[in-house]
Amino acid sequence: MHRRWVAAWALVGLGVLSLVGGVLLPGEGAPVTITGAGSTFDYPLFSTMFARYHQLHPDVQVNYQSIGSGGGQQQLFAGTVEFGASDAPLTDEQQRAHPTIVHLPITVGAVAVGYNLPGVGSGLRLTGDVLARIYLGEIVRWSDPAIARLNPGRRLPGLPIAVVHRADGSGTTFIFTSYLSAVSPQWAAKVGRGVSVAWPAGVGAKGSEGVAGQVRQTPGGIGYFEMAYAVQNRIPMALVQNMAGRWVAPSVHGASVGAAQAAARMPADLRAVFVNAPGADTYPIAGFSWLLVDSRRVRPALLDLVTWMIHDGQRYAAPLGYAPLPAPVVRRDEEKLRSLRAGH
Amino acid sequence: MLATDAPPSSFLRVPARAGAGRMRSRGDRVFRLLTLAAALVLPALVAAIGVQLWEASRLARERFGVGFLWHETWNPVASQFGALPFLYGTVVSSAIALALAGPAGVVVAIYLAEMAPSWISRPLGTLVELLAAVPSVVYGLWGVFVLIPWLRAWVEVPVSLHLSRVPLLAGPVYGPGLLAAGVVLAIMILPTVAAISREVLLAIPGSQRDAALALGVTRWEVIRHILLPAARRGIAGALGLGIGRALGETMAATMVIGNTARISASLLAPGYSLPSVIANEFTEASTPLYLSALVELGLLLFGVTLAVNVLARMLVRGAVR
Repeated sequence: MHRRWVAAWALVGLGVLSLVGGVLLPGEGAPVTITGAGSTFDYPLFSTMFARYHQLHPDVQVNYQSIGSGGGQQQLFAGTVEFGASDAPLTDEQQRAHPTIVHLPITVGAVAVGYNLPGVGSGLRLTGDVLARIYLGEIVRWSDPAIARLNPGRRLPGLPIAVVHRADGSGTTFIFTSYLSAVSPQWAAKVGRGVSVAWPAGVGAKGSEGVAGQVRQTPGGIGYFEMAYAVQNRIPMALVQNMAGRWVAPSVHGASVGAAQAAARMPADLRAVFVNAPGADTYPIAGFSWLLVDSRRVRPALLDLVTWMIHDGQRYAAPLGYAPLPAPVVRRDEEKLRSLRAGH
Repeated sequence: MLATDAPPSSFLRVPARAGAGRMRSRGDRVFRLLTLAAALVLPALVAAIGVQLWEASRLARERFGVGFLWHETWNPVASQFGALPFLYGTVVSSAIALALAGPAGVVVAIYLAEMAPSWISRPLGTLVELLAAVPSVVYGLWGVFVLIPWLRAWVEVPVSLHLSRVPLLAGPVYGPGLLAAGVVLAIMILPTVAAISREVLLAIPGSQRDAALALGVTRWEVIRHILLPAARRGIAGALGLGIGRALGETMAATMVIGNTARISASLLAPGYSLPSVIANEFTEASTPLYLSALVELGLLLFGVTLAVNVLARMLVRGAVR
């Protein structure tokens, strides 16, 4: 009886020893695990990128938890992850509290405005100002002259406008409310921008799929969601007027062009919000998603990964509905990475 | 008692067995301590959660004080936080649920316990209990895809056309809102109310029914004048457990309540509940004050549901005994 126990414990002990040995005494090509957390918006892109990276570098395993931008920031501050991913930049206050956090634009997302108007197809025209007044609850019917004026020749139903917005905190909301703040002083004063805001009108639904579902179910509904989502689900999308006065549909190209315009005016810390960017082809409701790293804790393996993400990794963006980083932004990222490497 | 009656001869042989007895009693003591420790883990856990919520909400408590309870603004951009819209939405949706599910649940319980033949009441009773085990997201999905379109077409639109002057039924019709949330919650708590009320009714001794029937009373009178008064406390407890579930329900409520932090008199208007706002905004809440305010909402919810559940359980226990 006793002997059998001794043998069993010896086996367990051996197992533990070999495990410890595997971790503590790495041989050639020891596996590296990089842990990150944050944006759910980035998750489809990141999971594709990291799977590919693991194929190219079998010794590197990236573990990304899509717990939300805010959660990613908190974990990075606490030092429990090596990188965070966020759809909104740190606020000035946060950046002051955590001066070693560095922003690296990693992809560009566009936000589409979809609607449900029986008998009206895709391509309804909306200006930023009208959109802001709809979301402020000032324009309440589709037959309102302000909308009719933009859409001559279209017969708009007299339906009440059912405004739908995201209920959960979201980078999509940040981009959308940044845009409304940029085009409407009234919106900027009354509501402002953020991942969650105090909505003056409408109902909230959870996730892009929730907003899209609600819009599809409600005749007279209007909502915003990630462009990829609207394209995949064939929801009629509005044309939005850009700075150049042209009516543009959301597209990967339109978002990338806007980001390229932004690169020139980008601040040194790369916290640029570029909604309503100039340019004839620019789609105005778009924004960066950032990778956040702590300059005190960057390993070469992490920098290698990020370098790959902003170059080769970008080719996985467009098929998934993200806009690839334009060249001028990639250059700004490279500069940052160089200084991080030098500081290391 | 028995020991004193034992003959002296066996008394002499005690020492050897006393040792074994001590051994056994030491083992018993250890075992008792172990089980006690395991049992104490639960209250300790509840207390730890309470303390943790209290601590983590300190920033918001210090900033907003008691006013947090009745401030109407919830504006993360301006860092202005008040709990009133969520308290209102939670209370109203749970009250609608209780108003619908309470009477229905008690009627179901009366049928199952008193009227149905056993070949119906047994499978039906099990089915009712099974309904309580359906995951809430399933109720939520059903609410979104079946109940809300139906409610909008057959209840809300006609009602708002004809009765829009009544503030309780006014406003644009979205579909999701306090009424939809109340109906979904009612369906979710119906099995809880029915199953526990049935237990309570079954716990009433059969002799009471027999005695009443022997006096020539009708079945309705037995139920109305004997069983229901006897089961009153227990049924109140069942309602309490039901409302406890409704208060804390997150997923299904989030999917149908409309998620809008506004207080409006109309039942058709969208609202918001405590658990929903926590679930929705927690992941992206990045500033310490914002997080702390969400935790304080959690503290409120924790306190309210704990109180309701404890009260309800005390009522049920009193009745079943």
